[in-house]
Amino acid sequence: MSSSFPILSVLVWLPILGGLAVLAIGDQRAALARPVALAIAVLTFLASLPLWTGFDRDTAAMQFTERAPWIAAFDAWYHLGVDGISMPLILLTTFITVLVVIAGWEVIRTRPAQYLASFLVLEGVMIGVFAAVDALLFYVFWEAMLIPMFIIIGIWGGARRVYATLKFFLYTFLGSVFMLVALIYLRIESGSYDILAMHQQPLGMNAQVLIFLAFLAAFAVKVPMWPVHTWLPDAHVEAPTGGSVILAAIMLKMGGYGFLRFSLPITPDASQSLDWLLIGLSLVAIVYIGFVALVQQDMKKLIAYSSIAHMGFVTLGFFLAWRIIANTGGMDGIVMGLQGGMVQMISHGLISGALFLCVGVLYDRMHSRDIAAYGGVANTMPVFAAFMVLFAMANAGLPGTSGFVGEFLVILASFKASFWYALLAGTTLVLGAAYTLWMVKRVLYGEVANERVAALADVNRREFLVLAVLAVAVLLLGVWPAPLIDVMATTLEALADHVVQSKL
Amino acid sequence: MQNVYLAIVLAPLLAAIVAGLFGRQVGRAGAHTVTILGVAISFVLSAWVLWGLLAGSIQPYNGTVYEWAVVDGVRLEVGFLVDRLSALMMTVVTFVSLCVHVYTIGYMHDDPGYQRFFSYISLFTFAMLMLVMANNFLQLFFGWEAVGLVSYLLIGFWYKKPSAVHANMKAFLVNRVGDFGFLLGIAGVLFWFGSLDYATVFERAPAVAGTQVSIFAGSSWSVLTLVCILLFIGAMGKSAQVPLHVWLPDSMEGPTPISALIHAATMVTAGIFMVARMSPLFELSTTALSVVLVIGATTAFFMGLLGLVQNDIKRVVAYSTLSQLGYMTVALGASAYAAGIFHLATHAFFKALLFLAAGSVIIAMHHEQDIRKMGGLRRYLPVTYWTALLGSLALIGFPGFSGFFSKDAIIEAVHHAELPGAGYAYACVLAGVFVTALYSFRMFFLVFHGEERFDAPTRSHLHEPPLVVTGPLVALAVPSVVLGWLAMEAVLFGGFFGDAIFVLPENDTLAALAGTAGTATAMLAHSVVTPTLWLALAGLATAWFLYLKRPDLPGRIAARLATPRQVLEQKYYFDAVNEHLLAPLARGLGGLLWRTGDGAIIDGALVNGSARLVGWLSGVVRRLQSGYLYHYAFGMFIGLGLILAWLVLGIGRG
Repeated sequence: MSSSFPILSVLVWLPILGGLAVLAIGDQRAALARPVALAIAVLTFLASLPLWTGFDRDTAAMQFTERAPWIAAFDAWYHLGVDGISMPLILLTTFITVLVVIAGWEVIRTRPAQYLASFLVLEGVMIGVFAAVDALLFYVFWEAMLIPMFIIIGIWGGARRVYATLKFFLYTFLGSVFMLVALIYLRIESGSYDILAMHQQPLGMNAQVLIFLAFLAAFAVKVPMWPVHTWLPDAHVEAPTGGSVILAAIMLKMGGYGFLRFSLPITPDASQSLDWLLIGLSLVAIVYIGFVALVQQDMKKLIAYSSIAHMGFVTLGFFLAWRIIANTGGMDGIVMGLQGGMVQMISHGLISGALFLCVGVLYDRMHSRDIAAYGGVANTMPVFAAFMVLFAMANAGLPGTSGFVGEFLVILASFKASFWYALLAGTTLVLGAAYTLWMVKRVLYGEVANERVAALADVNRREFLVLAVLAVAVLLLGVWPAPLIDVMATTLEALADHVVQSKL
Repeated sequence: MQNVYLAIVLAPLLAAIVAGLFGRQVGRAGAHTVTILGVAISFVLSAWVLWGLLAGSIQPYNGTVYEWAVVDGVRLEVGFLVDRLSALMMTVVTFVSLCVHVYTIGYMHDDPGYQRFFSYISLFTFAMLMLVMANNFLQLFFGWEAVGLVSYLLIGFWYKKPSAVHANMKAFLVNRVGDFGFLLGIAGVLFWFGSLDYATVFERAPAVAGTQVSIFAGSSWSVLTLVCILLFIGAMGKSAQVPLHVWLPDSMEGPTPISALIHAATMVTAGIFMVARMSPLFELSTTALSVVLVIGATTAFFMGLLGLVQNDIKRVVAYSTLSQLGYMTVALGASAYAAGIFHLATHAFFKALLFLAAGSVIIAMHHEQDIRKMGGLRRYLPVTYWTALLGSLALIGFPGFSGFFSKDAIIEAVHHAELPGAGYAYACVLAGVFVTALYSFRMFFLVFHGEERFDAPTRSHLHEPPLVVTGPLVALAVPSVVLGWLAMEAVLFGGFFGDAIFVLPENDTLAALAGTAGTATAMLAHSVVTPTLWLALAGLATAWFLYLKRPDLPGRIAARLATPRQVLEQKYYFDAVNEHLLAPLARGLGGLLWRTGDGAIIDGALVNGSARLVGWLSGVVRRLQSGYLYHYAFGMFIGLGLILAWLVLGIGRG
């Protein structure tokens, strides 16, 4: 389906150009820069809604496509489009960016215009990653994404921001270099940078394994999977609140998206022969990281580790296909695993975003992320406490919140692959609740711990708005996930059918 | 009819939202009015539905409310199954909830969190109704975890109290251990039955019964045994069976009304209800039934013993609750599901009554909970005294009271059971009868009789709490006394539950009872020849002797039996193991993985190590670039030599 109005281009370029405009307004005129930035973010969000309403749920093909020659010498095209995998992620991006702009409103005092501009540019680039159908275009957006985030952490970050930014940059850059090599190889083999052509390209086993590993290097770092996860806690701790939110809510999803868009469909046979690795690392992430999260003293680190454990469900759900076939002889459950992983990505975007915003609310007042600095916050900030308990429960996977849906589906699907996968994944019920509620207990409950807590003021209207919007989204998705699941179904069914076909 | 069922669940939900989100606007009176109204609507409609089902004017209902999602061909729905089993539960839950709502007006009168409290208990009623009305496993799990959430919120209601916020986290985590098994059980149901819908699953159960699965290499399990035991692990958490019972005594840190509503009458019985609901599955696995039987019997006896050494009025009742939950579980294991549910219902009334009576004492005593500092309260609190007496008699199974019929039926059913472990279970439940009577009347005598052991200021304030407190006591006392007599024949032997409960003919222990104790009078007459009655009376007499006649004796006995007493006071060391072994172990493992795994190995050796390697290499390379021409010339010579050597040797070999 080709639409006459280039929605996707608008979604990519409106925030980028708008960001440049905000930059031009300058930090001196912050009072003007803020509403302009908000207007751009809101406009982008509104512009993304037709993707949902106009989406054809009955086809797995790319929709809202745009195609124009880009670099003729490489046969690279400016080719955009969305399917059931990328469309919800784009909506998540436009939605979260609005909240991040509001959340940074009067909190960011140094270079406010540049701060807002960075996020708008980043938004456009991230949408570009999700919308690109041309591999080279994808790669350009993929790398470009690093720059604004590098700046965000490097300028508005905490004390050890230089170490964190370098670690973040080198980790992710190193991973993506391998991906570039793989993409160039695929370009030579398939004769085009078209990702969909790469999906159909037959490949030998050796080539598949190498390509798979190259992709893995890029995507595993982004997810992040154990053991290439250690950049994330550092980056989160040093990033400003908005940076943490975008990082957790959207940038981590790039890895999961990459597995669905590249690894699985391009190298299905390598995915099959290496699924033990992915499943193993996912389970390690869930169990090992669950224990690590338990002992964190820094709220942001705790949520960062919790993110890694939750993303373990994403990768687990994505790579169950062949074990399910081996165990049951049928395909029932494959799509459930994929659906579960996708829902988990969206849900984690909302919940981790909300939790980082909660920490931001506290940090703005107390300038500490240390759990021990708090205690009894519920006494002075009851409304905030109610929100934080809600998001904590969602993080612990309570039914009725979005956090439950993905974990539930992945556990159901993994039971079909092996009782033991389900058992190990299920430990999150206890571990997730333990680390999240222990934090809640130490931060919110008890007598007022010190004068600084006693002096805390409850959330203001701006903060209330942001948290309330997220709370509604988390509950809505938990009580009625059908719309989201339906919109992805056709695409994921087609993907499941595709990956079980050998390419050898 | 669907609208009626929707109204039953939504009325408390809407009330909870109004009281919770708009508490400030509606005020205190507004909050309690709206929530009481909501629960009253639920109760009236539930009672009407139960009546209609019994009279035959309403047919059992099984329908979908909305589709939660369809994933991979599996329909996940929210829907209601309303038959006599769920209708009975709905009526019990809403009635107790209504009593507790009214009582709360008095109990929480001075609490700053008044609206919040009403919001929570209404929300709980909603969650519990969703649980019992579920027609599929997904919604069951929804309700299951939702009641856990509200329990967490209510135990920690006084969030400033360190003991309360410790207890609520403990309750949630221990329940999560149970839910972990429960969720795996649900996943197993979907895997082997291909559906999460009760009706479909039960229909397919006989066909699945023969399936075996190998979990450990070389061993083979019946699929039904595995699924049932996993589901039962969930029940062990929620219904506080050993070893997942540890959270329930601590949950007494919450306000007393919720101890009555959630931690005695309703939520903790969710596990019992669930197993009864799953009877078509459990009946097909003797092993699972045996496990249920043994766990229940252990809980019934050993938790009862702990009630003997407690001095906090609420904790005595809490251990009594644990023990009674054990009785219900035993009934399930003996396939006497009807008796288990019957005891659940009678227990809901008399235990809620006992908790609220305890609460009444606590209000009168200005939040003193130590029974050693009470005594002789009979004079000051006549209504509380008489209702507590009725409740205690019902609890110990005094002939004619409601608890007598339900508990006797269980004990006789266990007597007839032929499962592995039935002999042990029978011994436990019999001994438990004596223990129950002893701890119940120990507390009763220490609180209401004997000398007054409190000071003059307390005495001057002692008076019966207001009508909103005593009214619910009387309302609960009525069913505590008469329900057994009225309902026993229909519930136990009259096929009350219809198709809702399934029992294999060879497991039907209750049918074996019908001959000797098929009616209320027959059961009363029969009780004279069973040990149960005499054990209960002996327990009562012992309590009278030890705590009224010779109050000097208990201390001397305790001194003699120092070691057993120590074991009981330490609650068999379950808490010690959890708090001093398991929790530090988990934290230690976390610390080890973090510092060594993430810190030393990944970050230290690999990440920063490779950075250092690059740094060192570049240092070496930098030294090479010295800028002296002769260094470079020298390097070129060496390089040339090496290349030549390689060429020559290589060609020579080739």
